[in-house]
Amino acid sequence: MIRTENLTKTFILRKNQPPIQAVQDLTLEVNEGEVFGFLGPNGAGKTTTIRMLAALIRPTSGRAFINNLQIGRDDTRIRRSIGILTETPGMYERLSAEKNLSIYANLYDVQDVKGQVEKYLRMLGLWNRRMDEVGSFSKGMRQKLAIARALLHEPRVLFLDEPTSGLDPEAAKLVRDFIEELKSEGRTIFLCTHNLDEADRLCDRIGIFKSRLIAVDTPENLRQRLFGRRVVFHLRKLIPEWAEVLRRFDFVKEVFSVDNRLVVRLDDPEEHNPLLIRALVECGADLQFVGEIRHSLEDIYLQTLQAEE
Amino acid sequence: MFSFRHIRTLIDKEWAEVFKNKMVLFTIVLMPLLFTALPLIMLYATAGSTLPGGDMADLPELFLSVCGDMDSASCMQVYVINQFLILYMMLPLIIPITIAAYSIVGEKTTRSLEPLLATPISTEELLTGKALAAAIPAVGATWLCFLIFQILIPVTGASQQVRAYVLGPTWLLGVLVVGPLMAIAAVNFAIMVSSRVNDPRIAEQMAAVLIVPVLALLFGQVAGLLVINQQLMLVVITALIVIDIFLIYLGARLFQRETILTRWK
Repeated sequence: MIRTENLTKTFILRKNQPPIQAVQDLTLEVNEGEVFGFLGPNGAGKTTTIRMLAALIRPTSGRAFINNLQIGRDDTRIRRSIGILTETPGMYERLSAEKNLSIYANLYDVQDVKGQVEKYLRMLGLWNRRMDEVGSFSKGMRQKLAIARALLHEPRVLFLDEPTSGLDPEAAKLVRDFIEELKSEGRTIFLCTHNLDEADRLCDRIGIFKSRLIAVDTPENLRQRLFGRRVVFHLRKLIPEWAEVLRRFDFVKEVFSVDNRLVVRLDDPEEHNPLLIRALVECGADLQFVGEIRHSLEDIYLQTLQAEE
Repeated sequence: MFSFRHIRTLIDKEWAEVFKNKMVLFTIVLMPLLFTALPLIMLYATAGSTLPGGDMADLPELFLSVCGDMDSASCMQVYVINQFLILYMMLPLIIPITIAAYSIVGEKTTRSLEPLLATPISTEELLTGKALAAAIPAVGATWLCFLIFQILIPVTGASQQVRAYVLGPTWLLGVLVVGPLMAIAAVNFAIMVSSRVNDPRIAEQMAAVLIVPVLALLFGQVAGLLVINQQLMLVVITALIVIDIFLIYLGARLFQRETILTRWK
């Protein structure tokens, strides 16, 4: 669906200044129906990447394909086949929501303009405000309208640049739910976000990017790769020898204690937890809870960027 | 492939936005009405009057060829309203400048340019749509006012010779050919400026420079250095065709989607 090969973008702002390499050798493949989270700090080149993939700007070198159409060769066809939510909604504020969408439906050569406009206005809960000027809309409503605009022509590939940025929690949830719905329809979504919790919930895979791709995998695999899997045993009372008992298992990689808890690092908790629980109980331990320590995507992100620096 | 649907949509969008602004609408309507009323008032005020001394000695010598065998009063009236012909030619140049100058830079400031450029619209369609959206109301308003002017001339008491003159080739070429060509030059220049600057005010100020050559025509005629006649019209038309082609070509060349998107702050 989306494929890039050594995609590079260099900006030359002034002749006497060194060029700025915004995107460097980006090689990536996003599969059909996948939600791909593209994470990185401000100025990392995420928007530049989206602009290149949306055939808005040309790569300096490298190649990229969307639906097997090549950027730089089939730009108009690419623009016709994708939907894009830009960083700012950029709606025509003096015009009504309906008029805004009608304009874009026509520019995307949609056959049933009225039908599609109505479908998305209803789907996003804006139908009752369709005749109102967009200037009177809240930020969340504008964002929803911009999402509707990106979907009017039913693209199979969507680029969403910070879709929940600046929205209140309720509006952000609404937008997130809608992205989930799009995901369930099997659309390919390339999602740029700073909201790591959102990326964790929505994305099948994530790429951590700072001018170049630092890491790419599923959130779970990245978690495991960076931190391994850790299980915590909450005990009524902790006797130091019990840690030693657990260390005897060859699948246990690390054991340490914190207050009345034993933290165990291992690869396959589903398989090995019952053995560990049995061993502890046989030693006379009063086991209160067992749980997995789950590192947040934020931990992964920060750790990855730190390692890069 | 050139899509007329895209162009029509863009024109529709531009008009919907522009005409929502009552002040813009007012300026589009007011100036042509003024330029229509003024020559009518002048004709009415000077109807039946004669030149001091009863001859045409005070008129620029070059202009006398325009009058032919007209009587002195008619010749004077033709001299007076010939200045208004320049204003009529200026109308399609002045009216669209505001709309055209704002067209690209306005989209930049409201951040609506990126989603627009992300659609399958081509640069040629975009520029044509923007140009027509600005030029059509200007040319339409000018032609409508010219029609009103023609209808009301008999009311002013202007002589048959004067009436025949303003329906003659000089005026018809001026209003029907030079006017639209001026509009094309104006909107293309204004859009070109608009795509290169970051502030709508700068775009408008720079585009207003176009009025200068037309004013030179006006002052040239008043000073007796030139006379607006068929020959001059044909020269102006030829020059404008060349200028228009050049501006359209240059506009399309200078409209760099990437530069516009990435250099905009």
